[in-house]
Amino acid sequence: MAAEKVHIENMPHPETWLKVTPSGLFCEPGGFYVDPLRAVERAVVTHAHSDHARPGHQAVLATRETLAIMRTRMGEDQAGLSQQALAWGERVRVGEVDVWLEPAGHVLGSAQVAMEWQGSRAVVSGDYKRVPDPTTPGFVPIPCDVFVTEATFALPVFRHPKPEAEIARLLDSVDLFPERTHVVGCYSLGKCQRLVALLRAAGWDRPIYLHGAHVAICDTYAMLGVQLGDLRPATVAQKDALVGAIVLAPPSAIADRWARRLAEPVVCAASGWMRVRQRAKQGGVELPLVISDHADWDELLQTLEDVGAPEVWVTHGREEALIHAAGLRGIRGRALRLVGYGEEEA
Amino acid sequence: MIAFANLLERLVFTPGRNAKIALLRRYFATQPDPDRGIGLAAVTGELSFAAAKAGLIRDLAAAHTDPELFALSYDYVGDLAETVALMWPAANVNAPPPRLFEVVSTLTTAPKADLPRIVAAWLDASDASVRLALLKLITGGLRVGVSARLAKVALAEMSDGRVQPDDVEEVWHGLAPPYAELFAWIEGRADKPDPAEAPVFRPPMLAHPLEPGDFASLDPTALRAEWKWDGIRVQLVATNAGVRLYSRGAEDISAGFPEIVDAMHARAVLDGELLVIRDGIVAPFSELQQRLNRKTVTPKMMRDYPVAVRLYDILFDGTEDLRALPFDARRARLEAWYAKNRPPRMDLSELIPFASLEYLAILRDGARAASIEGLMLKRGDSPYVPGRPRGQWWKWKRDPLTIDAVLMYAQRGHGKRSSFYSDYTFGLWREGELVPVGKAYFGFTDEELLFLDKWIRNHTTARFGPVREVEKAMVLEVAFDAAQLSSRHKSGVALRFPRIARIRTDKPAADADRLEVLMRLVETAAVQA
Repeated sequence: MAAEKVHIENMPHPETWLKVTPSGLFCEPGGFYVDPLRAVERAVVTHAHSDHARPGHQAVLATRETLAIMRTRMGEDQAGLSQQALAWGERVRVGEVDVWLEPAGHVLGSAQVAMEWQGSRAVVSGDYKRVPDPTTPGFVPIPCDVFVTEATFALPVFRHPKPEAEIARLLDSVDLFPERTHVVGCYSLGKCQRLVALLRAAGWDRPIYLHGAHVAICDTYAMLGVQLGDLRPATVAQKDALVGAIVLAPPSAIADRWARRLAEPVVCAASGWMRVRQRAKQGGVELPLVISDHADWDELLQTLEDVGAPEVWVTHGREEALIHAAGLRGIRGRALRLVGYGEEEA
Repeated sequence: MIAFANLLERLVFTPGRNAKIALLRRYFATQPDPDRGIGLAAVTGELSFAAAKAGLIRDLAAAHTDPELFALSYDYVGDLAETVALMWPAANVNAPPPRLFEVVSTLTTAPKADLPRIVAAWLDASDASVRLALLKLITGGLRVGVSARLAKVALAEMSDGRVQPDDVEEVWHGLAPPYAELFAWIEGRADKPDPAEAPVFRPPMLAHPLEPGDFASLDPTALRAEWKWDGIRVQLVATNAGVRLYSRGAEDISAGFPEIVDAMHARAVLDGELLVIRDGIVAPFSELQQRLNRKTVTPKMMRDYPVAVRLYDILFDGTEDLRALPFDARRARLEAWYAKNRPPRMDLSELIPFASLEYLAILRDGARAASIEGLMLKRGDSPYVPGRPRGQWWKWKRDPLTIDAVLMYAQRGHGKRSSFYSDYTFGLWREGELVPVGKAYFGFTDEELLFLDKWIRNHTTARFGPVREVEKAMVLEVAFDAAQLSSRHKSGVALRFPRIARIRTDKPAADADRLEVLMRLVETAAVQA
């Protein structure tokens, strides 16, 4: 837990130095953007999902893991001409601003960006969750004056069940339909590796098969020290080997031509959106698994309480409900309406 | 309740028949009595509760949630029961969720005023999945896509071959939830339940399509011929315990056709075709359709679409089982029964005299009334055997009509076909524009499906959710049994049983048929009965 935030009289309000611009959230006295939406001179990046980590910046500050995943996804030359890796809690001064990173618990390397200028502290959480994830360190609340949060699942209908229970449902289905292949639609960065880790923790030590789009990031995770066990490509030649197997693939592939190589596939999808039946049915999913890398409603409210900020800014998602609930708790809410986030995954 | 909730959740998303059977079978095999019997009744639609309704759920939501958050959530989810199930505030209770039979017996017996308190306590003790099952059960909206027949197949599979689905069918309507004696019989712990006098459904005898290769083996003197009417096949059952009208699929449709039930005074089990008949003229199927799938019926509907049963066969006369008799003997009994009782709203299906199959072929080709699908051929010595026995009865449908239509839209299929664009909307030309006239999703081979799927992906011009609009360049030869006027279709015409007969890559779209070609095929005039 970070140190208590000391309140200083006459400190500048964060809205005087942290501003919404067409390129994203700009920290004026530091001269940098946080998760800019287009290529800029100086960027601090919370995590490597493509809606937060855009290619072509001059200088990028992020965790070692985020920088490594960015290089895998966009190539050496697009992941920032100069890259600076920061360890957890390591403070650097950028311009006139103290900057440090704390875990956000979203995907490997995902960080909250803490900024302090003249005693005034703002924290940009990026995307985050509060439930433990074996592939990444857990979220650390940082007391602050303004907390900038996502609101992807900010409706009280989104209360994610325990991920272990969802994995148990998957394994139960594999047990009931041993002659079929279970193909799970999941995003290639974060969700895929978390599913592998959850399956391993549940005792599934057989090979797990991957769609080609998932291989590179799993390799990067392994290189960064996250053990995922025996992973194999789900190639065309293996239809027999895939009987009774679990295959992970991007959501776009699970009910399309690619999946025809599988034996009578049970189409599954792992996402927080699976909580709502209509959303799950639209995608032709036979076994929806409610496993999310984002905070659910209870986690969002718990986090507002933990950081103790008198003011919360909402970057993207269902901000109306969250701002209403914050108001009931005496917290001032503000919708930033940053267009461009929430596009890659959920 | 947890196992039942899990079952519902899986069934809702499972498209495959075999997978549904496997899920049901496991549920029945692992759950205790009486819960599993209540579960069986719930999925086959045998349960309803008068006292607990949607209004109760709305009131509970208002009392337990913030109104603004509820409004935002309902707006997002779009379903009342699901919204409440998902956003119900967590309560720190130590009680386990209720058992299914406890829920059902309480909903049936508890005073209405106590229900809000009782239901709230159940919701407090349950997780989201159980809460949803509870609320769907209360509002009667399970919609899990399980027919009663499928549940019976799953039950029969549990017996390891000792009991067939048709055996279950024969006792089904004589039993009531929680079906303890049914499970005891399926599991080999008791004899087959005796329905005694209950008006139960008997599995009907069905016909095979007549194939060209069958002609040589048929002896015309051994055969009887009847028209094959285009209504719905029904079974009319009257015993001392009551009168029921069943569909071919064992569904009790008595409530939708009270005039038929009222017309049945003598005790018998009859097989026939339900039709709309005015002044002896049979109306096209589309008129009967107005009366189908309704729980109740208004006097106006009964006046506008007068129904009757055209009788094909008699299975029981009084309590005497006639099914082992040959067709000719049953026919004589049917005629005698009809002559004696003269029931209103019923008539006899006429036997068509003929000397040769050639003569029948001419009759069949000449039968162009919309209410006739073709001919039925039955062996005079055939006993009434449930199912589709070989070499007894044949349906000889008239040749289909065809049009050359242009593919307009395509949608992905379900289950095994979910990666294929396999549902096709096609249209015909009217004043230089294509007008959609129908939808077809069968008739093609696997190779043709692959070809069309690929063509559609490469010629998409727009997407609307799961639907793709394609270039108007692919001509499909569509076969169908009849064309009927319809006010529900933009083109003004509806096709019976449309299917893709051929892919006409040789034909330019501009040469496809015009709508007026189809309109000339519409048959409104029916034949004299």
